[in-house]
Amino acid sequence: MKSVAIKCIDLKKTYPAKPPVEAVRGLDLTIETGECFGLLGPNGAGKTTTIEILEGLLEPTSGEVEVLSMKWKDQGAAIRERIGISLQETKLSDKLTVGETVRLFRSFYSQGITSEEAIASVSLQEKTNTWINKLSGGQKQRLAVACAIVGKPDLLFLDEPTTGLDPQSRRQLWEIIQGYKDQGRTILLTTHYMDEAEKLCDRVGVVDHGKLIALGQPRQLIDELAGGHVLEFEFNIDQAGDEAPLRALPGALELRREGQRFSMVVQEVHVTLPALLEWTRNQNRVLTSLATHTATLEDVFVKLTGRHLRDEGAKS
Amino acid sequence: MSQPSRFQPFLQLTLCRLREFIREPEAIFWVYGFPLIMTLVLGIAFRDKKVDEQYVVDIEEGPHADFVERSLQAEGARFKLQRGPFLEAKQRLRTGKTTLIVQSGASQQADVIYLADPVRPESSLAQKAVDDVLQKARGRQDVLKSTTTEFNEPGGRYIDLLVPGLLGMGLMGGGLFGVGFAIVDMRIRKLLKRFLATPMRRPDFLLAIMTSRFVFMLPEVIMLLLFSYFIFDVRIQGSLWLVVLCIVLGGITFSGIGLLVASRAKTLETASGLMNLVMLPMWVLSGVFFSADRFPDAVQPIIRALPLTLLIDALRAVMNEGAGILQIGWQLLGLILWGVLTFVVALKIFRWS
Repeated sequence: MKSVAIKCIDLKKTYPAKPPVEAVRGLDLTIETGECFGLLGPNGAGKTTTIEILEGLLEPTSGEVEVLSMKWKDQGAAIRERIGISLQETKLSDKLTVGETVRLFRSFYSQGITSEEAIASVSLQEKTNTWINKLSGGQKQRLAVACAIVGKPDLLFLDEPTTGLDPQSRRQLWEIIQGYKDQGRTILLTTHYMDEAEKLCDRVGVVDHGKLIALGQPRQLIDELAGGHVLEFEFNIDQAGDEAPLRALPGALELRREGQRFSMVVQEVHVTLPALLEWTRNQNRVLTSLATHTATLEDVFVKLTGRHLRDEGAKS
Repeated sequence: MSQPSRFQPFLQLTLCRLREFIREPEAIFWVYGFPLIMTLVLGIAFRDKKVDEQYVVDIEEGPHADFVERSLQAEGARFKLQRGPFLEAKQRLRTGKTTLIVQSGASQQADVIYLADPVRPESSLAQKAVDDVLQKARGRQDVLKSTTTEFNEPGGRYIDLLVPGLLGMGLMGGGLFGVGFAIVDMRIRKLLKRFLATPMRRPDFLLAIMTSRFVFMLPEVIMLLLFSYFIFDVRIQGSLWLVVLCIVLGGITFSGIGLLVASRAKTLETASGLMNLVMLPMWVLSGVFFSADRFPDAVQPIIRALPLTLLIDALRAVMNEGAGILQIGWQLLGLILWGVLTFVVALKIFRWS
């Protein structure tokens, strides 16, 4: 039987306010040792609150938490020795160099890798003597990861490690995380990038409004909830009542309409697409846009909540 | 794999703070340059001001006005005289342009009436001096032969009073601002929270902040002492080591207070408000620029217990009067008490995120 790295039962966190903010509303989660687990969800879903409770930075309002089979209340110091974290927004001291910063963090742990090793593992060797205010966003984030792993943690928490980074920096960070995962260590990361979760995570949990609404391997969730492929299209003439005939097309599993734009989940593109084109011709209309993609976790989220992940803030 | 020692976190935290400090040139100017400029300006302003150098005296027109003027003129530059109508003279007295008005012939009972401002020391001094001259001019004989030797030894001048005051003020400002702002800044940057997630021992962190603050302070203190020695010949009458002890205790105490002030503040505005709340009363009451003895007796116990008063009193006693450790025992004990108390409370109520 595999050992358990993180276990929480019926976790709740309510912030006192008027009215009280229920950030986490009864969350159960078990993460096994050696697993890379992704907590997904839009901004404000409760990801950061959850991860900070697990990191021992926040006290839950109720519920049980075990990290590395220990409880924060009794063995906080022992847990801290064995976890590494990267917070969503820490501003390390601008006027310290990369080397000085990592050495500082190294000094807190009774064991770990050397600061040089940590810096090398995030490929910042050339920046060892550079002040932090001279680093790019991606380099700063890599430095944050170096500080997180310098104590050689068994369990690594990364809260939105790649938010706001350019694609190249994101890929660099993915490689670092992948490398850490390959050492058989446990990682819990939060993200609202679905591609990130699909690439890195063995399992994901989708969080919305403080609850876990789906849990499983990314591929399995996509297959089960989103189907195989998605067709997205728009007509030159917009008409009400198109939904029923479109749903009746062969192989169509599901149809959503957003304004003029349709998105249709299909089993197989080569069955449904010709039928769609023919229907369009018969209607004397033209497709002004047409795109197909393999279903992603984004589609899973849309399916579960009726909302997109990224534009949550704009809509609500 | 190196096994870090127990002191490594404290050492690293202290080193990092020191590095951050020396890489901030403007901060260095304000911390080190400002007290020196202040000493220089105040030292020069009050340098050779003898209290009885020259009095401005207004003489009201009247029957004895000529006699008064003649007698005072005979004294040379000691008096600067101005004759004129009473109302004008009164206006000049009110606005501090003159120190004394001599009314002549205004009353049947007296030849002259002195109008002096009792809250201004030089006003009553002028009155005494003028009266002396006038009495002698009318033939009064001194019955006791006396002469005065001027006392102007280091230790008794204004600058000697001022330098310990400025030292104390520097330690207070440095402790509160240095520690307070650094902590609130780290809290805002979520660095405190990040540290909290590591096995770092919390007292290590707080001690490192206090220690680094203390190290920055040393050059400030040494510079101020050397500067005032070479420019104004301010000397330490008592033991240098006792001065050092006072400074060390003062530094620790005010870092502790800074820690307490910053222990819960979430914004720089809150912190600076709290700091002013703590510092302003002490600036005013603790006798930085003059002796705190001048405040009413009723509030003396409170004033004497303020940390800045304790520190300045101790420094003045050692530097100017050559006091030994036993004579400033209470002050030192008081400072230790403040330091320990604030540190313990700060550690208890400290907000890390």
